[in-house]
Amino acid sequence: MMLSAGKKAIFYVLLIISAFLIAGPALMAIVMSFMTNQDILTGSLPTTISLDNYFAAFTRFPLLQYFLNSFIVSIVIMLGQLILSALAAYAFVFLEFKGRDFLFYLFIATMMVPFEASVIPNFHIIRDLGWIDRYSGLTVPFFATAFGTFLLRQNFKQIPKELREASQIEGIGDFKFFLKVILPVSRTSLVTYGIYSFLTSWNMYLWPLLVTTNDTVRTVQIGLKQLQTQEQLNDWGVIMAGAVIIILPTLILLFLGQKKLQKGLTEGALK
Amino acid sequence: MSQVELIDITKSYDKQKDVLNGINLSIEEGEFFVLVGPSGSGKSTLLRMIAGLEEISGGFLKINDQTVNHLPPKERNLSMVFQNYALYPHLTVEQNILFGLKARKVEKREQQIRLMEAAEMLGLTELLKRKPRELSGGQRQRVALGRSVVSHAPLCLMDEPLSNLDAKLRANMRVQIRRLQKQLGLTMIYVTHDQVEAMTMGDRIMVLNEGKIQQVGKPITLYNEPENLFVASFIGSPKMNLGNAAFFADGNHLIIENQLHISIDPDVIMGVPKDRNLKVGIRAEHLFPGESKKDHIHHLEAVNVEQLGNETLIAFEVGSELWTAKWPGQWTIEFGQKVPVQILPQYLLFFDVETGQLIQSADIGKLREVVTI
Repeated sequence: MMLSAGKKAIFYVLLIISAFLIAGPALMAIVMSFMTNQDILTGSLPTTISLDNYFAAFTRFPLLQYFLNSFIVSIVIMLGQLILSALAAYAFVFLEFKGRDFLFYLFIATMMVPFEASVIPNFHIIRDLGWIDRYSGLTVPFFATAFGTFLLRQNFKQIPKELREASQIEGIGDFKFFLKVILPVSRTSLVTYGIYSFLTSWNMYLWPLLVTTNDTVRTVQIGLKQLQTQEQLNDWGVIMAGAVIIILPTLILLFLGQKKLQKGLTEGALK
Repeated sequence: MSQVELIDITKSYDKQKDVLNGINLSIEEGEFFVLVGPSGSGKSTLLRMIAGLEEISGGFLKINDQTVNHLPPKERNLSMVFQNYALYPHLTVEQNILFGLKARKVEKREQQIRLMEAAEMLGLTELLKRKPRELSGGQRQRVALGRSVVSHAPLCLMDEPLSNLDAKLRANMRVQIRRLQKQLGLTMIYVTHDQVEAMTMGDRIMVLNEGKIQQVGKPITLYNEPENLFVASFIGSPKMNLGNAAFFADGNHLIIENQLHISIDPDVIMGVPKDRNLKVGIRAEHLFPGESKKDHIHHLEAVNVEQLGNETLIAFEVGSELWTAKWPGQWTIEFGQKVPVQILPQYLLFFDVETGQLIQSADIGKLREVVTI
């Protein structure tokens, strides 16, 4: 599409404005994390740039511990979701059994139940199991997801059935076929879903707040909240420094994932 | 020995109408057997039932005199080539070919021997390290063949393996598959919707339509003596010219499509009932050029001419039907021109209108034996 210079200019101006609107808060947070509290509260441009806020964030709070917790929880949830969703999706696509489609729709229907609705029963179960303040309490309730199963099922459906049939004739069992063919062939969507699942778990707030009572297993999002409310006067510089540290892994993951994603996409499956 | 026997095989989905009905068939060892039929005729279903990928609703399937109805595919000792090749996209050609052998725990050295053997045979030696997406259609097809060759299974099933290739390559692969089959002494069951493929490749052909066997036999038999109208119009290219016909009261004249009057020597049509409507058929190569000939000349209007170089296809309008004549050599004919055509009664095939069954095949067709050298 060819655009006249005038139209082009308008488009670019609009794009720049929306870019600022979207990236603005994040940029502000990054800038503020390097500023002194005085500068922030007076609303002036930074007069000095220092890393004090970052040191403060690490020394005043067990940020590293939170970090580690978040990391463990997110990785475990990601792996759990990937394994269970992939296996379930395989069954829904490649295994034939009575009532399979009905079961699938029932499965999908659970997506309509909001997470908040199941929080209380879930909490009861976790408490009765004695999983409060444990990694298991933070992770296990999220292993089974309808969304992941749905996503991977759609992907597996694109794999030609003939591949399964060819392997049946060659005498390859379901599990071996799953490991040796399905997983490598659909690694693009597995990576995509893995990233999605990691990010969602990383940003979880309500559930970790409910099932943790002390710093040993608390995650960063709760840590961040604590930074904000522990003092009467909010130390915004420190909070922003904490926030920047917390979004770093997310960003790194996104960048890495993007590369992998592109690679996966260009490789493409065989028609 | 690999002999496949189908006894009264039926297939129905969800207890509804039968997709396949009463299939009785015996395939000899080392035979190239072709299943041909239009799409939806059930030929692929039948093949998949033999492979064990599809359940058998009724009847018995025997391989080497052993009933295998409930055996899983891997225990039937067969290999299969799919229409879309079914290559594993993430594996190299070598890994693709060896995938099945690894699963069967064939010894490493034996694997390599078989791999090299197959690669040599199919000209894949240079391509072993490539991935399927880096191969052309014909090369992928050869990899799929290679996979079936290394399995050393005596029975090979092929499901429209050439339909994704272009015409030139297809002709090439036809020869290659045929040679491979003879070389390895495989029993081959080959599914296709392309009657040319069936004619050129098969030792025997089975024509299937709407789940029922129409005819089983050698290609030439199917061509010369089609048992019914379906086989007559399905086998042969261009297809057989067909038309409604009836006898004059005297029994010596035949009227085709209310247009062509043909006088017939009663001896030629001994077995044909004179008192009812018939369908007659005649092959395109039996509509001879009528110039410089005297008897049985009809002037027909040419509505289309196709020049093929070595021969010319001319379409004529005969009543409501379009008949095609195939004349050797090159003919210059204008559209709409009246062309003299010789139609000899001894080349006519007679079919029953209601049942579509053959009443009498062409006299000449039977007389003229296939030339054997």
